[in-house]
Amino acid sequence: MTSAAATPKQRVTAKKRSPFTINPQAIPTLAAVVIFIVMIIIGELMFGTYLRLGFISSLLMDHSYLIILAVAMTFPILTGGIDLSVGAIVAITGVVAAKLMIAGVPSWVAIIVMLLIGVAFGALAGILIEQFNMQPFIATLSTMFLARGIASIISTDSLTVPKDNNFSWLATDIHLIDNPKISNDLTVDLGVFVAVIVVVIGYIVLHKTRTGRTIYAIGGSRSSAELMGLPVKRTQYSIYIISALLASVASIVYMASMGNAKNVVGVGWELDAVASVVIGGTLISGGFGYVLGSVIGALVRSIIDPLTSDFSVPAEAVTIVVGVMILIFVVLQRAVMAVKRR
Amino acid sequence: MSENQPIVEMQGITIEFPGVKALDGVNLRLFPGEIHALMGENGAGKSTMIKALTGVYKINGGSISVDSKPQTFTGTADAQNAGIATVYQEVNLCTNLSIGENVMLGHELHGPLGINWKKTHAQAKRHLATLGLQHLDSHASLSSISIAMQQLVAIARAMVIDAKVLILDEPTSSLDANEVEHLFSIMRQVRDSGVAILFVSHFLDQIYEVTDRLTVLRNGTYIAEVMTKETPRDELISMMIGKSAGELSQIGAKKSSRTVESGEQPVASVEGLGKKGSIKPISVDIFKGQVLGLAGLLGSGRTEFGRLLFGADKADEGVYKLHGSDANIDTPASALRGKVAYSTENRRDEGIVGDLTVRENILLALQAIRGMFRPVPKKEADAIVDKYMKELNVRPADPNKLIRNLSGGNQQKVLLARWLATKPELLILDEPTRGIDIGAKAEIQQTVLELAEQGMSVVFISSELEEVVRLSDDIVVLKDRRKIAEILNDGTISPETIVQTIANSDVETTNSGKAA
Repeated sequence: MTSAAATPKQRVTAKKRSPFTINPQAIPTLAAVVIFIVMIIIGELMFGTYLRLGFISSLLMDHSYLIILAVAMTFPILTGGIDLSVGAIVAITGVVAAKLMIAGVPSWVAIIVMLLIGVAFGALAGILIEQFNMQPFIATLSTMFLARGIASIISTDSLTVPKDNNFSWLATDIHLIDNPKISNDLTVDLGVFVAVIVVVIGYIVLHKTRTGRTIYAIGGSRSSAELMGLPVKRTQYSIYIISALLASVASIVYMASMGNAKNVVGVGWELDAVASVVIGGTLISGGFGYVLGSVIGALVRSIIDPLTSDFSVPAEAVTIVVGVMILIFVVLQRAVMAVKRR
Repeated sequence: MSENQPIVEMQGITIEFPGVKALDGVNLRLFPGEIHALMGENGAGKSTMIKALTGVYKINGGSISVDSKPQTFTGTADAQNAGIATVYQEVNLCTNLSIGENVMLGHELHGPLGINWKKTHAQAKRHLATLGLQHLDSHASLSSISIAMQQLVAIARAMVIDAKVLILDEPTSSLDANEVEHLFSIMRQVRDSGVAILFVSHFLDQIYEVTDRLTVLRNGTYIAEVMTKETPRDELISMMIGKSAGELSQIGAKKSSRTVESGEQPVASVEGLGKKGSIKPISVDIFKGQVLGLAGLLGSGRTEFGRLLFGADKADEGVYKLHGSDANIDTPASALRGKVAYSTENRRDEGIVGDLTVRENILLALQAIRGMFRPVPKKEADAIVDKYMKELNVRPADPNKLIRNLSGGNQQKVLLARWLATKPELLILDEPTRGIDIGAKAEIQQTVLELAEQGMSVVFISSELEEVVRLSDDIVVLKDRRKIAEILNDGTISPETIVQTIANSDVETTNSGKAA
């Protein structure tokens, strides 16, 4: 009954895989790497300060929180979701921990409380998304307002972590390379180490565990993942708990280096994280992307600030630069997908 | 061949949805080492039955036992653990992942540092090789292979979970003849290894070719379980639709071919209409009350031409005339204003709007023509919806039901109603009968003939040559994105004539272009 009786048999020949072939999906990520290097080179050529260890050190130390948030945001975005609450979770965990430490609670207890608050908000988002069938955008938008609101009720003051508390130990500088020249040491603090550990764990979870592969599968097609018998619901909970938990970790790192907390800290950080993830080549609709891409994305996002200020771009216009970069990357992704479909 | 003990026994299965009894006391037995067909019209309850067996739906009554052990499935994972694997019509794999990963997803092999990809891909390769798919690169993206291959990969996946039961839900609807043969040889191989296969297809030929036993459902009730060999076709058809097969074969038989008088002005006429990379320039005249068939293999440019006629794709050369005067049709909106309508072959993605009701789906195109500031008056709308639902026999006859809950055949009727409501002069139907059951198919074919008799011009696109020949007055044959012949259907034409036409043109085209 089929009419296609005369169609020649389709040949699918296995091509030899060369180890040097570039997966077209990785092109946006590679582009981000190239752009990062180009930005460093431009900075070095124009101002001569970018290829210094001191510059790299401060770039990493000042933005380790953003790297952690970018890893956090990679998880929901890989499934086609989003977590808008990460910035607000940084605020609420910071304010609560600062209050506790001012009241004399030891720093390790405060840290545990911060992590628990993160888990609680992640679980709440998971419940809203899975039990009440809410869009991740709406669910995390509501937890974002909730977290920000509670933080503001607790305090609207700038809360300084007490000097006698050893919390700021996390921000101790470690000189990896002690240069005789002034301000050109390769210095990192524990926050950078935490960020590196988060990146490594993020990579392992996404690429070496079934939960990670389920995340990619959900991003490809949720209904397929369900019909394949994968634990979709459980994985969705893990995703939002992981992103909220990592937001707490980012808060710890940030507060340790700043020495204080405030209810308005982290406003807009969720969008910086999204920008980092997108610049890093992760598909906003899910299914493709890399943790390392998000790290590069965070670095690109970070270097925009010193670069624009060196070029005397007014601070008000910096967001335009970020916006244009996101636009370029999304267009690039579209182009790659279009080429692939052909 | 079959042992006495069934591997799956479903008894008195009843499933109720709000307001409807989808299944009412249905039985199904699957024996190891046999291919079992689940037969019935769209809406008979086949899909529901499968979803009960795969744990997607909970049953309200009856019992399921696998390997003589009673089971209650609360999710697809439960059914898989019991050894039941399913390959769906729309392949349910993840196209963003590699072939090997799709085979192994959820069953990856672990090393000390999480998943060991080398071992996992090697294992995937072994499973693919047992199905004769060793030539596939397990690292390649699933999206790089054809739907047919993806379906075979899905079967390989079923082998990974060591399935005792393999359900194939309309696996052949998008495959060509060779691919179907390949699938069948794999099905036989899997059957001979002792697996029970449940096979659903609308193609009777395939049922008779590959199945050993069949269960027939009608309107959610159990009709019979019979051996395929012992059941003549007409008997099977009447079991399925409750009418004799004779009534169905009458369609088109009484049709007299419409002759075009010289000097008659065509309703629509295109000259050299083409689009780079899509279809080479084509000239066709379509007259009032004529059914123009478009025949050709998959990828021959049938759909592409239909889309050009409707302005869904913009032609970059050629002249388009309606009633003899130039028409500028480059968008669907301009086509609708020119009284040209097009019903897509891709019912699910480009046709229905699943979350709207039947009523809303019918009124969509009409409202689009009127524009948002001139709503269709409720009374008129009711009349239109009522008229077409009755005329086309849409079931269930409830205009306020969400269309995604309707069977494929009934969705197709609603789409037809949508375009008829715009009162087109030229109606382009792209695969209107694909993937729908015999009863609905006959009804749609009948409707096409009636419309033509009433003076509507119809462009009928179908991959079933038999259907094209039966309905069309004039047949345009396409190959490799060009028109190779126009055949007047004078009653001597058969599907073989068209196959010959396509085959004979091989000589000229092999040099100029290779089929994709």
